Amino acid sequence: MFPTNAVDIGDILDRHGRDGTRLMQILRETQEVLGWLAPETITAIAKGVGWPRAKVEGTAGFYSFFHTQPMGRYRILWSDNITDRMIGNRDLMQALCRKLWLEPGRLSEDGLVSVDTTSCTGMCDQGPALLANYRAITRMTPERVAQMAELIQKQVPVAEWPAEWFRVDDNIRRADILLNNAMRPGEALKAALAREAEADQESAANARSWREGVNAATQGPSAVLEEVKKSNLRGRGGAGFTTGIKWEACRHAPSDERYVVCNADEGEPGTFKDRVLLTRQADLVFEGMTVAAYAIGAKKGYLYLRGEYRYLLDPLNDVLARRRDLDLLGTGILGRPGFNFDIEVHLGAGAYVCGEESALIESLEGKRGVPRNRPPYPVTSGFLGKPTVVNNVETFAAAALIAAEGGDWYRGIGTAKSAGTKLLSVSGDVARPGIYEYPFGVTVAEVLADAGAAETQAVQVSGPSGVCVADNEFGRRIAFEDIPTAGAFMVFDRNRDMFEVARNFAQFFAHESCGFCTPCRVGTTLLRNLMDKIGNGHGTQYDINEIYQVSRVLQMAAHCGLGHTAPHPLLDTLEKFRPAYERRLKSLDFEPAFDLDGALAQARQMTGRDDLAAHLENAE
Amino acid sequence: MTGTFTLDGREIAFEPGQTVMQAALAAGVFVPHLCYHPEFRPHGSCKLCTMKINGRPATSCTMPAVAGMEVESDTAEINDKRRMLVQMLLVEGNHFCPSCEMSGNCKLQALGYTLGVMTPHFTHFFPDRPVDASHPEMLLDFNRCILCELCIRASAEVDKKNVFALSGRGMKKHLVVNAESGRLADTDFAATDKAAEVCPVGVILKKRRGFAVPIGKRTYDIKPINEQAERFKPVAPTVREKA
Repeated sequence: MFPTNAVDIGDILDRHGRDGTRLMQILRETQEVLGWLAPETITAIAKGVGWPRAKVEGTAGFYSFFHTQPMGRYRILWSDNITDRMIGNRDLMQALCRKLWLEPGRLSEDGLVSVDTTSCTGMCDQGPALLANYRAITRMTPERVAQMAELIQKQVPVAEWPAEWFRVDDNIRRADILLNNAMRPGEALKAALAREAEADQESAANARSWREGVNAATQGPSAVLEEVKKSNLRGRGGAGFTTGIKWEACRHAPSDERYVVCNADEGEPGTFKDRVLLTRQADLVFEGMTVAAYAIGAKKGYLYLRGEYRYLLDPLNDVLARRRDLDLLGTGILGRPGFNFDIEVHLGAGAYVCGEESALIESLEGKRGVPRNRPPYPVTSGFLGKPTVVNNVETFAAAALIAAEGGDWYRGIGTAKSAGTKLLSVSGDVARPGIYEYPFGVTVAEVLADAGAAETQAVQVSGPSGVCVADNEFGRRIAFEDIPTAGAFMVFDRNRDMFEVARNFAQFFAHESCGFCTPCRVGTTLLRNLMDKIGNGHGTQYDINEIYQVSRVLQMAAHCGLGHTAPHPLLDTLEKFRPAYERRLKSLDFEPAFDLDGALAQARQMTGRDDLAAHLENAE
Repeated sequence: MTGTFTLDGREIAFEPGQTVMQAALAAGVFVPHLCYHPEFRPHGSCKLCTMKINGRPATSCTMPAVAGMEVESDTAEINDKRRMLVQMLLVEGNHFCPSCEMSGNCKLQALGYTLGVMTPHFTHFFPDRPVDASHPEMLLDFNRCILCELCIRASAEVDKKNVFALSGRGMKKHLVVNAESGRLADTDFAATDKAAEVCPVGVILKKRRGFAVPIGKRTYDIKPINEQAERFKPVAPTVREKA
């Protein structure tokens, strides 16, 4: 066994040039061969890339999808978003565990299989979903659970499981300029290059790009930049920064190298529009990245794909290969000397925080995905310390359209302050879950009507870090000036318990905090524990006050957006659905967090009892 | 940039490249902190030094000073949050001051006193963190680790050894050592390393040396930490480089 390992690792290391900044890919590929990252494997990789062993262990230990403990030949991870829970993922997981004779989170006695939960896998419109050895499976049913248990027991490789299980539908319900576009690969780029003829000799920016060796005759880059600025395109990842200003700042940052990074780490629970864009419009996304490279003078681009979308890696690489054949990537793109650019897909490994742009860059460099101190910002000091533009998948797709059709055209769509269209990932209690593309300005009520929602109690817009909208606000609009969103749109009808929604989100943030800063590392866990205490019937008014107190510390002192927004779902539901909390409160006085009956759980487990007499009756 | 800003109404001068916190400490104004150390680059993880700059919360140890800033630090609202941060650190680990060799020299304890921490407030997490006594001269008691990364930085930047690193994420984040066995004895750590002396709490301890200074006579027994701003004055950059 040992020599084989050594050979495999050597091949993988060589393929990545023994470069530590490629550590994420090295770890993933090694794990795909060996099953897990054993201590001696980590030592070998550390030697191979010339990094301290502890630093490699630090990266391996950060990401949910790397394991430094054996997790079995079959690793089943159930997506545990609230939308999965609403359609019974927990019962299905328990059923699978019973059939396999194991407990969630624990490796089976024979070392064959482990079953656990994971954060939203981006299949909310076709759940309950799971990952089997990191391959996405959708639409789980009790029948499939029974069949899966059998396949695992018979040790049938995941690759030979029924193909139907791996089917991922696009579910496009409403298409507009992005999803309806039928541009041929290269069309936007050609239009961008053609603009140089129109552009005149203004702009110091061009002088700079000339000095730095970007094609001397090129007036095009600043012309493209002008169109993007004119379009008023704003980032689609949630923060809404103006794309043209970002690109311009990067272009003006003095450096010999620049990078374009596409953020496809679509981790916000309830969001799956980037998955569909990368399935249906990958060319448009890559074209947008190439336009950005042209505008800022970058030679290299990365698409950071979340680990949950591993199944998209090969198709995306095929698209990239085809684009190289078409002269749309590589050296001298479209016959233009000096226009050199190529793109590589980098796969993440299960860490929501890597959606934060500076954490994403750290991860791209092979490190733990911890958000950086800012300033400096990525536009001046990003990947490997070089000026870097990081944009969302949807932003690049829109930029490609703008390059082709022009900024004025784009600006005419949507509202005055929010130009263009927005893709919404609609899931939850609706008849037609899926992707809806609307011009900005659409009301929540219109989306609900189109999706076939009935008796709607609330909508969580933009995921747990977004805003919970109650029925008296359904007239509000999706737009930067009213409800900004990264795309999630989770619908809850009147039968849903909004406390459980908030509790699910509190568990999510506690699981995904990177742990860098004190308030977020400890605070998200405190919030989760408080929600569990209330949920388990031991809560009091005191605990609600505590939620407010801890939330204020997070909002004031957390290092990044994850910590700042983690309290939102709790504060929103406390404000709008307070009865959901109050009916669970045990009393209005203090109640100790220590749960006497809970403390007996281990004794019950050891004796195999769970009858009434094995429980402390906390009689009133 | 040089110039001045106001801190709680007081004018503070700063030198080029200084952060808000460095300028404050240089002027003799104490700023609560745990992950900051004058000899190392600011880190910004403990968040004890959080202030309000022009009305907005900011981490003062990493925030470059800018002329004309209006900074609030020693206010009831901010100290209230700082107190809760100390309490969070206290319940996250296992801290038993009466039996700790660092009692009286411990920054976490000292800040607890000055910020008025009367109880841990939150429910203890009671994590399971075995000690590492493998090294002949040094002991690692992870129970007290507050994840400030000072030992990591000292070992990497000064000792050039990379003995320490972090692994895990969120609440599972923890200190690891640079050895396949996971034991300190199997690293090249030495008692003379810079990393052996920077821990602000009681994780990294010398063996067979206890109570050399009696309790009651230790650094923060004599004077509260907030009256010892001079201990944390920034050192000149040249000294920092050399260190």
